[in-house]
Formats: sequence, C-alpha cells, structure tokens
Amino acid sequence: MFNKILIANRGEIACRVIKTAHRLGIKCVAVYSEADRNARHVAMADEAFLLGPAPSSESYLRADRIIEICKESGAQAVHPGYGFLSENTEFANACERNGIVFIGPPSSAIAAMGSKSAAKAIMETAGVPLVPGYHGDDQSPDTLKREAEKCGFPLLLKAVAGGGGKGMRVVESLKAFDEALTSACREAKNAFGNPNMLIEKYLTQPRHVEIQVFCDSQGNGVYLAERDCSIQRRHQKVIEEAPAPGLSDDTRRAMGEAAVRAAQAIDYVGAGTVEFLYDVDGSFYFMEMNTRLQVEHPVTEMITGLDLVEWQLRVADGEPLPLKQDEIKIRGHALEARIYAEDPDQDFLPATGTLRYLRTPDESAHVRVDTGVIEGDEVSVYYDPMIAKLIVWDDSREGAINRMVQALEQYRIGGLKTNTRFLHRLADATPFREVQLDTGFIERHRERLFAPGRLDLDRCLVSAAAWFLELARKGDRIRGDEHSPFSAQNGWRLNSEYARPLKLVVGDMTHELSVRELPGEYEITLSGASHRVNAQLEKDALQLVIDGHRLTLHGYQDGDNLTLFHEGDQFICRQHRDTFAETDQGAQGSLSAPMNGAVVAILVGKGQQVEAGQTLVIMEAMKMEHSIHAPHDGIVSDIFFTEGEQVKEGDALIALATDDEEAA
Amino acid sequence: MPVLQTKINARSDEFRHNDASMREAVADLRDKVATVELGGGPDYQQRHLARGKLLPRERINALLDEGSPFLELSQLAAYNVYDENVPAAGIITGIGRVSGVECMIVANDATVKGGTYYPLTAKKHLRAQEIAERNHLPCIYLVDSGGANLPRQDEVFPDRDHFGRIFYNQAQMSAKGIPQIAVVMGLCTAGGAYVPAMADESIIVRNQGTIFLAGPPLVKAATGEEVSAEDLGGADVHCRTSGVADHYAENDAHALQIARNCVANLNKRKNPPLDLREPVAPLYAADELYGIVGTDLKKPYDAREVIARIVDGSEFDEFKKLYGTTLVTGFAHIYGYPVGIIANNGILFGDSAQKGAHFIELCCQRNIPLLFLQNITGFMVGQKAESEGIAKHGAKMVTAVACANVPKLTVLIGGSFGAGNYGMCGRAYNPNFLWMWPNARISVMGGEQAAGVLATVRRDGLERQGKSWSAEEEAAFKKPIIETYEHQGHPYYASARLWDDGVIDPAQTREVVAMGLSAALNAPQRETRFGVFRM
Repeated sequence: MFNKILIANRGEIACRVIKTAHRLGIKCVAVYSEADRNARHVAMADEAFLLGPAPSSESYLRADRIIEICKESGAQAVHPGYGFLSENTEFANACERNGIVFIGPPSSAIAAMGSKSAAKAIMETAGVPLVPGYHGDDQSPDTLKREAEKCGFPLLLKAVAGGGGKGMRVVESLKAFDEALTSACREAKNAFGNPNMLIEKYLTQPRHVEIQVFCDSQGNGVYLAERDCSIQRRHQKVIEEAPAPGLSDDTRRAMGEAAVRAAQAIDYVGAGTVEFLYDVDGSFYFMEMNTRLQVEHPVTEMITGLDLVEWQLRVADGEPLPLKQDEIKIRGHALEARIYAEDPDQDFLPATGTLRYLRTPDESAHVRVDTGVIEGDEVSVYYDPMIAKLIVWDDSREGAINRMVQALEQYRIGGLKTNTRFLHRLADATPFREVQLDTGFIERHRERLFAPGRLDLDRCLVSAAAWFLELARKGDRIRGDEHSPFSAQNGWRLNSEYARPLKLVVGDMTHELSVRELPGEYEITLSGASHRVNAQLEKDALQLVIDGHRLTLHGYQDGDNLTLFHEGDQFICRQHRDTFAETDQGAQGSLSAPMNGAVVAILVGKGQQVEAGQTLVIMEAMKMEHSIHAPHDGIVSDIFFTEGEQVKEGDALIALATDDEEAA
Repeated sequence: MPVLQTKINARSDEFRHNDASMREAVADLRDKVATVELGGGPDYQQRHLARGKLLPRERINALLDEGSPFLELSQLAAYNVYDENVPAAGIITGIGRVSGVECMIVANDATVKGGTYYPLTAKKHLRAQEIAERNHLPCIYLVDSGGANLPRQDEVFPDRDHFGRIFYNQAQMSAKGIPQIAVVMGLCTAGGAYVPAMADESIIVRNQGTIFLAGPPLVKAATGEEVSAEDLGGADVHCRTSGVADHYAENDAHALQIARNCVANLNKRKNPPLDLREPVAPLYAADELYGIVGTDLKKPYDAREVIARIVDGSEFDEFKKLYGTTLVTGFAHIYGYPVGIIANNGILFGDSAQKGAHFIELCCQRNIPLLFLQNITGFMVGQKAESEGIAKHGAKMVTAVACANVPKLTVLIGGSFGAGNYGMCGRAYNPNFLWMWPNARISVMGGEQAAGVLATVRRDGLERQGKSWSAEEEAAFKKPIIETYEHQGHPYYASARLWDDGVIDPAQTREVVAMGLSAALNAPQRETRFGVFRM
C-alpha cells in the first residue's frame, strides 16, 4: 500500500479522502490556492503546498504543479477527488508518465467516457440501452438543428465534454433552439474548453438512477447497488438516496449488470458511476458514465457499510476488489442532501460570503456530515459553493427522512444564504415521502417548496425582541459603577411606567413593539396583543417561555443583524436604529451586480435607448450565466466595466437614466 | 450585620386601612403625573410632531441608553400655581444614563407655552443645574424655547436666581470640568442663544434649530433687514459660517445620537470612593410600606419598618440603639452603597439630638453618605426641655447637618415641622436631593398648633379689650387657618414650588434613594469641617 498520497482537490472531498487515508496509515499531502490558505483540508493534511492564486486555472487545475509537488513531497499516488482534474486524461497520462499512480481509471477509460457521444457509441456496441438522439461529430448549427427536429421536442442539449449541468439546456421548441444552442455552447466552451453538443430525447418524467460500479485491475467488476438522484434542479442533484425506492430486484440486477458491462467495455478500473434514465415503465437508458468518485458516494457507503475511498486506494495499489458481487449486501436506507450557499428563492443564485455562524448536527451512526469548511471560512466566487453534504441512514426510508428533517433543523448556518430551508421542505414534502420521484419534482412542486416562510411572524418578532432585550441586559452600564441603579436596563421611571418602543426590521418592513419590564419577565406588546415572556440567553441559545410555551431557539448576531433558526428556517431581523449617513445620490439609477463574478457580455452601448426587461449585461459566476435586465425604459448613461472584468456583489455595472433625467 | 425583623400584621384592620388610604394617595399622584406627561396636550403635541420634531419625552428616551432608568425631578413643578396650566413648568429635568455616564438632562417642552420660561421654569432649570454642579453630572440641554415669558419678565429676568443664572451656572460648571452640551432643536432666541453659545459642545438640527440674539421681526424693526429664521441663525449658518454650533444634525434623532457620541467622548469614568458591595434586595416587599405608613400623620409607626424595606437585605447596624431612642441611627447599604441612616421615631429630645450630631460626625469621618428619613413634629418644648438645653442640643445637630459635606439625601416620610425640618436636613440644609412621600406634610408647625397659637393671641387681644370670644367664634377663626396650613403643607403644593425634588411613590423609595446616591458619587469626595458645637 502507498505510504503517502497527494490529494489534488479541496473542500469536503479532500477532507473525506484524508480521513480514510489517515485511517489506513497513509500520509496525505494537500494542495491549496491562495484563497484556501486556512482551509480545513490544508489543516487536516500532514503537509500542504501552495499551488497559486485563487482561480482554479491557476491553482487546482495546474497539473504540472501538482506533478512537481508529488515529486517534491514523495507522494506515490494522486487522488483527484471529483471535478478539477478528476476526469482529465492528460493529467492521468502525466501521472503515468511520471511514475505516479493516478487513483482512478486508466486515461483511456476517461477518454472513452469523456466524450458523451463516443461513450454512447461504445455502449451501443456493448448492448447497453440508449436514449434516442444525436451524438455526431458534425457540429454545424444546421446539422444540430436538423437532428433536433428529427429527435423531437422537448429535447436536451448537452455539452459533449460536460458534467454537473453546465452547458446543458432543455429545449422546449424549435423556436428556442438557436438561442439555447448559442448559450449552451458558450457555457460549455468556458467550462470545458469544448463547445460541442449532443442531442437527446427528453423524457418527461424520468428518474435519475445511477449504479455505483467498481473494477479492479484483474478484470473483476461489481456493482454496489444504485442511487436515486431524481431530485434535481437545473440538472444538479439536490437530494440523493440509496437504494432507489420502488425498484424491483430484477431491475436492480439488470441495471447493475448493464453497468458492469459498460465499465468492462472500456477496461475500467476503480470507482465509476453509470447513470441511467429510469422511465415510469421500468425501462432504463444509459446516460453517461462518470469516471470518478461521485459527490453522492456516501449514501452507497451508508447502505453497504463500505468505504469507497478505501476501495479506490486498494484497487489503485493493484489489489483485487475486497468483495465479490454476492458478498455485497445492502442494509437500510440512506439520504444525502447537498447544502449549498445559494438562494433558492432567486433561482438558486449562488451566494458568497463568510460563514459567520456554523453549527452542524451531532454525528452518529445515523448522521454523517461531510464538509470542508469551518465557521469563519469564506465561500468564495472561485469554487463550487457547496458547504456540506448531510448524510443520514436508518432502517427504512421513512426513518431516514425523519432523520434528515431533524438533522437539517440542527444544521444552522449564518452569514450567507443557504438552501437548508428548501432542503427541509423538500425532505419533508409529502410527495417526496410518497416516492413520487422524477427529475421534474422540484419544478412540479414549486409552489409548495418556494412558498414564503412558514414561521409565525409574531412569535419570531417576540423571540427576537427577547434576544435583544437579554443582550442589552448584558450591555451598557455606568462606567466605573456597574451595580448602580442607573446601570439597569429596565426603563425605570418615577411614578410612571415606560413602555419602551422596540422597532424590529424584517426585510423592508419595520415592526413596532413595546416592552415593559416586570419582575422576572417582559411584557412585549405587538400588534395589539401582549405577551408575557421569560427569556434567558446563553451564548447562542435563547431559552424562551412565551405565554407559557417553552421553546429553545438558536441564533447569532452579525453586527446589527440577528438570525434566529427554527425548524430549518431562518428568521433574520435587526433592531431599528436611525442611521444618518448622507444620502448617496450617485447610487440611484445604477444597476448593480447581484453577486461576485465576471462580466461576460455587455449587450448595450453608452447612450443607447433601452426598454424595460431588455438584457443589458451577462455575468458569469459559479460557471453559470446571469442576465441583468433593464428595470425600466431609459438611456444607458454610463457603463462601468468592460467584458471579462471581475465584479463584486453590489458593484454598479451600468447607469440607466430615465428619459426625463436625460432630458434634464 | 443584624437583620431587621418586621413586626407588622398585614391582616390587621389598621394595616388594611393604611394600605387603602396610601394606595389612593399614590394612585392620585400617578394620575397627576400621567396628566403632566401629556405636556401641552394633544393639540400642541400634534402641531409639534407635524413639524418633524420629537416630543420632549421622546427626545429624552432617545438620548438615554436603551433601557436606562430616568430619575425625573420635580414632575409637579408649577402644578396649580399659575392661572394657566403649565405642566412640569414647561421643562423636563432628570438624571439618566447616556453612553454609560449619569447625566443631567434639561429639556424644554415647546408644547407648553412655547417652552417659555415662567418663574418656576427658571427655578426648575436652576435646580437641575444645582444638582448637576453638586454631583458633577454632565449637563445636556435639549433647547426648544421661546425664552423668557415676557408678561412675567419681572419675576424671570432681574434677580440673582433668575434666567441669567442659567448661563452663569454653565460657565461655573464648565470651569469645574462638568461638561455642558447643548442640543438646539428649536428656538433659542435672545438670552436663550447663550445656552448653546456657552456650552462646551453644541449640536443644531437643520431646519428646526435657530440661534440668534434677535429674531427676524426684531431685526426688521431694528435695521430694516429682511431675513428668514433659517438664514439668520439656522444650522447651516452656525455650523458652516459662524461656528456658534459644532455639529450639524439632520433631525432630532440624529442630533440626539450626536449628543450621545459627545458623552461617549467625555473620557469620564466614575470612581466612587466607597467600599461597595453587591446589591441585595430587602427581605420585605416595598409596597408593604403603604400599610405600615398610611396617610394619617397622627398615627405613629416604627421607622425601622421603613428602613427594613429600603436597605440591602434589610440589614441595619444600629448605633446607640438604647440612647435617645426617638432618633434611629445606624449603618446600612442601599444598592451596595454604604449609607448612614437617621430616622425619626418621635419628637427630638436633647439626647436624641446629641446622638444625631454624634452619628453625623461618624459618617463624615468615614465618608459615608447620609440618608435622613424625616417624620418630625419638632424638638421638645416646655420648661424641662428648655432648662436641659434643648436649644443648644438641637443646635449641635443642626450644626452637624449644616456642615456635613458627605452626600446628604432627605426623604420626608411623614411630618416635617419647625426646627425638626432643620435638624433633619430640610431644603435649607442643602441635601443633594430631597423627596416627599404623598402622605408627608411640611410647614413651620402643624395647622392645629398654628391655629391654636393665633387663636390664643387673638383671645388675649380680645380679652384685653374686655370682649368675649365664644367657642364657636374661635372654631370659625381657626378653621381657615387649619385649612390654609393643610393646603400649603401638602406635598403637591410644596413640589409645585420646588421646595423638594419631587413627590415619590413610597414603594419606589429604595430605587430613588439609590439613584440619588449613585448620582452623588460622581462628585469628588469633600472634606467636612464642623463649626463650633455649643457644649
């Protein structure tokens, strides 16, 4: 076995690999970018090397540097994780050339599956069922359009070199084809350096079921059951589970065997995943094969009791597979939820920022948290904004869902927008519990999943008021005489009672409360109703008794903003304070960047008349494009950036004057 | 320390009767205060608010630290004094915590007669300054006043303790290092212009505050120049050109925030020169004082029952317990502050007066603040007392009280009559603070006694003229005298005229006294030098 490996990745997967390696007595070398100096994976590794500046192209994608570091550090093998160089044939080749073991399949297998169209051709030969479509080399727009018409709508445009939903578009009609093709090609080119597309029939209610396969260098292959990853948005998996519910043993075996066949058709070695579309009628079609360890591999580990990274290391070291097919047993049910820094209410716009507050559920035999971040870390614009994977296991799917719901309530993240509330609703949704799964689930249940907060506003306000009051109790005192009666926070008045106003701001709304302090409790009045509140604040836990109802809320404060967590939801408010900054006239009428990212296209010129809704600028962040539209008719009076420039959230991009202003 | 054991029976008729009558008196007091808090009333308040200004009490609340107590002074000033209603004398004064510092706040109420200065307005303003100066409290003036009340200029302008004294005090306090901060939130005309001009730091609100020696009408009359108030003395003029004001505020709230910042920049930290303890609540409920004391001055009660409901842990270490028993003296703590308490338990005799003088000497020696709980009909009279030298023994106590330079706080918890008022640190003896309970009465002697004295004089006169005076005639003669004494001795009458710093709910006495002590401890320690004690 190796005694030292290098992990050419970052974040949770790097930490995940280090954990297993350490358990096996293998030393780990981490690599990091300038943005990751203090990252968890760097701290966990035995040693770590700086790769370069934050952008991936100058750090985690620097194959040459990584090979050098392997040599310098004496690492015998490289674990590429997922993403970055994990499916890069040149890197795999470079490792081979330099006598370093690439912990993954041979580069030929990566190459065979790397091009989706070529992969389909191989699968066709191997007798693996395929979805109808076009996988040709002729990439002229006319040919693609003709093939699209032949295939019929809706159809899926996919980047040949793609993955992770990037460079992928569902095209509903011929009319929309051209624009979709252009933008998908652009995205693919940016993400993978290859704009080529393939076309596939788009099944309307398919499930995404994938098989975990494992092959060793002796030619053995097994499948480690399947995962259902039907809960997706924008073709990105959100919740994955194993085993796939409702699958017959026959289907499971048929899919498993087809997957092993697929792997062996390309002389596969190591961990791989064969993704199928599973149709309502039980038929399944090969989609693609991922020649790496998948993000969602933990659900397979939870139901098989195996450590897939350990298997990878053993297989890479030339050992045969530890188990034969009939020795692999599955037990119970596992779910994984991907916790992301993103705003589900704004079309999952990726969020960046600092993890000001981070509390994870306690890990146990039932709950596992795979994460690469700690409180205080930055979720930057440079990398995937995944914060953690929350994995739960129980005997039954029902039990696992309950665990997931509970664990999500205990997962408290503050400082940036996350999808935990969305995940909570998803996991708790009746149709999900009832296994009404398909890849359109989120879209179909949009109303239920995206409805505004279910929190009782009045109760949240009263709780927040109690937090501020308790905090104030620990606050200002007479300097030099803290026991002075003037140090009290009780609003004492002579011969009178003072109901202190307390204004809480939630979003754009200001709520007016009033507070009287009674012995041992507060009387908090809000919208005409008075509540007796007893409160105790101990660090981040607020113990409350509101009108006899005892509950505990957790929260944290960042400057003026208080975030209270409750049932997977967050309530954010601040105490109103008059602020008297001079009004900044210059900021008005300008359109600002919704997030950190790069300007990819500016579609208007200075002085141009534009209409409300017209696209002005296209930004790219997290490898996704975001259009910035004109909020009203007007004239572009200034443009502050040029194409290709990096912008920060809130930066003014364009100044748009109304016609009146322009006339004036 | 010994703990006071209560001997009350809360189920007795007497207790219940007392409780009911005192509750009624307290309810009446709270009622009156609630009315006073409405200032000039809803119409004037609406007009004030419509100008984008905060009401004076809202200003104070915004100025104070969140949740800070506010010890308001003389809430009943000018109550029923003038033909017109002038609630709180048109000026709100009190002590509260601003940026962690105890400050004296003086706020004009422009909803009351435009915030103009009646004689009692000036008196209340000056009293607030006197307290500030005595206790070294930074002053924050929230100015919104039309200046002296012109129809009453003779009672407001010329004398020593009239309007001009305000600025004299500002200069004196500034010289002593007691910060003076003015926030101009409205008119600040003529003499009033000197409040911000004399202040260490001043703030002015845009479009609201104006400072000028003469307003536009007077300017026009004098020089023919036509100019708007804002151009003549608004925030822009004074912050950008004249330098009369230092800080430019967008509105009231902004101005108050700036004032808070000014206090935060005072570099002031309290350093009480006392051995402080952790505060402990008394063992007995404060509102039991109602049932103990009642409102009938003729019914005596043990002052220790009152002390037990004011001091920390009801602990009271009595001094000379067995000597001069009509005066209770001893050491205790209130909110952790050590305090020497002197309380009446009957008339003052020669021995009790000497005991009082002795105890005051002890406290001055040890730098312990003094609390006088006054319930006194006077010093003993009669041949025996006179021959035993009650006058010189009384003089010892009065000398001790007069010279004592430790903080002195007085609460009138019953009668305050004659020389007893002096010996027990009445207003003339410069206590740092003096408050009255609603049951208290203050006059040179009791109404009955006064009527009796006057009736005797009258009877003697009539008899010298050989006239007779029937019992009915005498009763008719005495009745208005008794009524006048009762009226003039009432706490509302006293408080309206600033003879005290406020009428207080007995149940709030502990907090009020503690706040007074706390405020007093901002001042540096002063040495006491006693005068000649007649031996």
